[in-house]
Amino acid sequence: MPNATPVSMALDGAPVPAGSVSPGRIASFLRRDPAFAAAAITLFVVAVAGILAPVLAPYDPAQLIDASARAQPPSAEHWLGTDPLNRDLLSRILYGARISLGISLVAVTLATIVGTAWGAAAGYAGGWVDALLMRIVDAGLAIPRILLLLSVVAFWGRLTIPAIVLLLGMTGWFAASRLARDSVRATREQDFVLAARATGASPARVLVRHILPHAMTPMLVAATLGVGQVIVVEAGLSFLGYGVAPPAATWGGLIRDGREVIATAWWMSVFPGLALAITVLAINVLGDRLRAAMGGTQVPAP
Amino acid sequence: MTGPPPPLAPDAGEPTSAPLLRVQDLRTYFHVRGAVARAVDGVSFDIRPGETVGMVGESGCGKSVTALSLLRLVDPPGRIEPGSSIEFEGRNLLTLDEEGIRQLRGNRIAMVFQEPMTALNPVFTIGDQVAEVARVHARASRRAAWDRAVEMLNLVGIPDPRERAKSYPHQLSGGMRQRVLIAMALVMNPSLLIADEPTTALDVTIQAQILELLAELQQRLGLAVLLITHDLGVVAEVTSRVLVMYGGQIVERAPVRELFRNPRHPYTRGLLEAMPRMGRQRERLTVIPGTVPPPTRWPSGCRFRDRCAWAWQRCADEHPPEYFVTEQHNARCHLVDEPARDVAPAALGGAR
Amino acid sequence: MARFRPSPYLGSHMARIVLKRLAQGLFIVWLTTTITFFLVHAAPGEPFAEMLTDPRMTNEMREANRARYGLDQPVFAQYLQYVRSVAGGDFGHSFTHQRPVMSVLADALPRTLLLMGTAIIIGFAAGILLGTLQGARVGGWFDRITGSVAVLFTALPDFWLALLAVMVFAGTWLPVSGFSTPTLSPTASVVTRGSDVLRHLVLPAGTLAILISAMVSRYQRAALIDVLPSPWLRTARAKGLSRRPVVFRHALRNALLPIITLAGLSMPALLGGAVFIEVTFSWQGMGSLAVQAVADRDYPVVLAAVILSSTMVVVGAALADLAHAAVNPRQRRA
Repeated sequence: MPNATPVSMALDGAPVPAGSVSPGRIASFLRRDPAFAAAAITLFVVAVAGILAPVLAPYDPAQLIDASARAQPPSAEHWLGTDPLNRDLLSRILYGARISLGISLVAVTLATIVGTAWGAAAGYAGGWVDALLMRIVDAGLAIPRILLLLSVVAFWGRLTIPAIVLLLGMTGWFAASRLARDSVRATREQDFVLAARATGASPARVLVRHILPHAMTPMLVAATLGVGQVIVVEAGLSFLGYGVAPPAATWGGLIRDGREVIATAWWMSVFPGLALAITVLAINVLGDRLRAAMGGTQVPAP
Repeated sequence: MTGPPPPLAPDAGEPTSAPLLRVQDLRTYFHVRGAVARAVDGVSFDIRPGETVGMVGESGCGKSVTALSLLRLVDPPGRIEPGSSIEFEGRNLLTLDEEGIRQLRGNRIAMVFQEPMTALNPVFTIGDQVAEVARVHARASRRAAWDRAVEMLNLVGIPDPRERAKSYPHQLSGGMRQRVLIAMALVMNPSLLIADEPTTALDVTIQAQILELLAELQQRLGLAVLLITHDLGVVAEVTSRVLVMYGGQIVERAPVRELFRNPRHPYTRGLLEAMPRMGRQRERLTVIPGTVPPPTRWPSGCRFRDRCAWAWQRCADEHPPEYFVTEQHNARCHLVDEPARDVAPAALGGAR
Repeated sequence: MARFRPSPYLGSHMARIVLKRLAQGLFIVWLTTTITFFLVHAAPGEPFAEMLTDPRMTNEMREANRARYGLDQPVFAQYLQYVRSVAGGDFGHSFTHQRPVMSVLADALPRTLLLMGTAIIIGFAAGILLGTLQGARVGGWFDRITGSVAVLFTALPDFWLALLAVMVFAGTWLPVSGFSTPTLSPTASVVTRGSDVLRHLVLPAGTLAILISAMVSRYQRAALIDVLPSPWLRTARAKGLSRRPVVFRHALRNALLPIITLAGLSMPALLGGAVFIEVTFSWQGMGSLAVQAVADRDYPVVLAAVILSSTMVVVGAALADLAHAAVNPRQRRA
């Protein structure tokens, strides 16, 4: 590198891929960052598993093979064992991937959209509007999410899947709005925004066409990480018994089933949890790399 | 001159009484990603007890790294290369273990840095930070250390020191903070004070105050000072001897008056010319063309030749040693060897 | 060790912070109360009305509730009455427990505080220590191992880790359920009972503490790395300080500031985590209570739990703010 002053050069090779993307390039990129590669592959596998569950699952997850039999440990026929109703665990986990991932993706999308709209409006408007909107967000953030979810469940009864998605989305937009607001606030002061306003563009236009694209980066990272968070939240809700109705089950529901037979059927608690943990871990690694690649400053979202 | 004089030993031209600090062939290189940045590349000098030596040069010439090397504060990937020698009060600093050098820092050799705004820890009082030196090196009790801190704050001219010691850095102005840093450096009555650009970040009037303070303290306490700066005006004020650095090396050394009166190295001349001065009829400031080359690739031969109006073929072929000019005055330039070529720049034209 | 000297602004500055936080906190709690009230009223089936017909209610309770909630009055009047009672600390009567909600909470709340308090103290202490050691030697073997483990643990759902703990420790000397041994004689000494509770506390608090320390260590590591290039750290080294005081006294003090902020911000998550831990370990604190109340449709308890938890969050955030101002002498933009 002709112009670099080595004294100040970064020691790690932060790849800045310019130009075309070739297989060789991708391969060397993956080799340099094995954690990222592992995470990407894992997520790919999980996604495929979920999408192709009907094809991949060896058994029908709801089918009771033999109503009288008890839970069986992992064996050649049932790789991950069965539950007390003798339903194949592997199949249930595969179908669970579908539901867990599906719910989370939609919920996070919803939360991001609502949160961005709210936060951007607050950030752009400033003044008392900003203060008011953000106070409401503060209140929303102050209630532990699970309690909020439980309250709704208490008063509305068992929820359908769309309702669960809606609920998860509507309890998750607070954090997104805070991010959006901070981001918009910071971007608002920049010169190119001033230039846009000077050309007479309406506030809405300035916001949507100029500020938002620039400010979306942290939102993207947060959304990615958010998927992992929502998977866990949804699992928690199912674990407490308020998730999707049986016989369908998300991973959380499977763990709940496992809790009842924890002494005799360890595989029922362990495998769904492993699936959860691995998926969330992969998402976290991905989100982390995404943040680093976009040169983001640390956004401490607990 | 008849025939080329032999290149001289680096410390020739220096005063011969036992030096407090003797640096010989100091080389500090940074090893990064296959390249080597030779930030300090063969620097030698002495400092006598009680004298004030100035080290001048642009950013990137290696003066700050030299200072850090003296206290072995250079962090990896930087490294003091074998073959270098730093002797202080007779001891070889480079063979000391970590504990040994730590005992010298802040104690026998003290350093003041160039960013008073950020060189103090924001969460501790200035009193605590100054007292800390006494607690570490003299194992003073809290009370004794605090008293000493107040004493030092008084010494550097901070008003109402007993009260002020309880304040936090952000409550002080830049000039005051610099005084605090100086106080911190002098707690243990060191023999050598290294001041790295102590006035760069300050206003001109404050600058003058700090320099005055340094001169006064130096006289009172008899300490030796190595003053690092890019500002020749500062050098003229307080130092007795000057080392001019360029390209990781010393390119000229002389007593201060001699340097100003008779600069022999083109770089020194450039620096002097570039100083804005009142009362001169000039339309433009003279600048030295070009920029400092990267320390990974010093040019062959003389490192200054790409920016030098006098340079000729020999400058590219042969790296100049330090030539003798007069007593205590050396210059690393072939012009000293071939003074015929040393004509006014305007006369050079295209003749190379 | 440098004397801990609170900032000179502490007097008026702290007062200002306290007042501001108080005002904000009240607003938030009020907002929470309002949200929950309208949540209930928007729900299908009029749960409040249902309360009147709930067979578990005695006649006295029914009358008391009718009066308290003004159930035959327009919604807005009901709301005002509701707010008034909540402000007075009156959350009504629990259906299942047949007692005032406050008394039920009074039993459960200390247990939750014990669990959370212990977990937070241990978790933060461990996390700060680990993160600091990691940051002091970035890239070293300790850093990489601890970092990987921490990343792993932050991906684990708390209830699953708790479940694993139950699986592993069931039947051992460490109890996996409850907060005290039911067969313990009520006349046993305080020491015996205390140590019994402590024994029950180990697993739940330990699980929560591990998860907390994983998260905290990551933030602490980042905070320390942020602080390490600071110029004043070089000054400290030039003074002749050895590595330990440089890192643990100078650097850490500054690197703690974002951690204190983190502590304040993560209260809701901590409370949520406590819920799952309590349920899995059958620790009869507020979390278990709330979950049970949801199953029982014991609305007064559910509402009280929500409002109380948001109050705890607000108080926690305020405390973190005060701690931050106490450690950081610079004038903070409030």
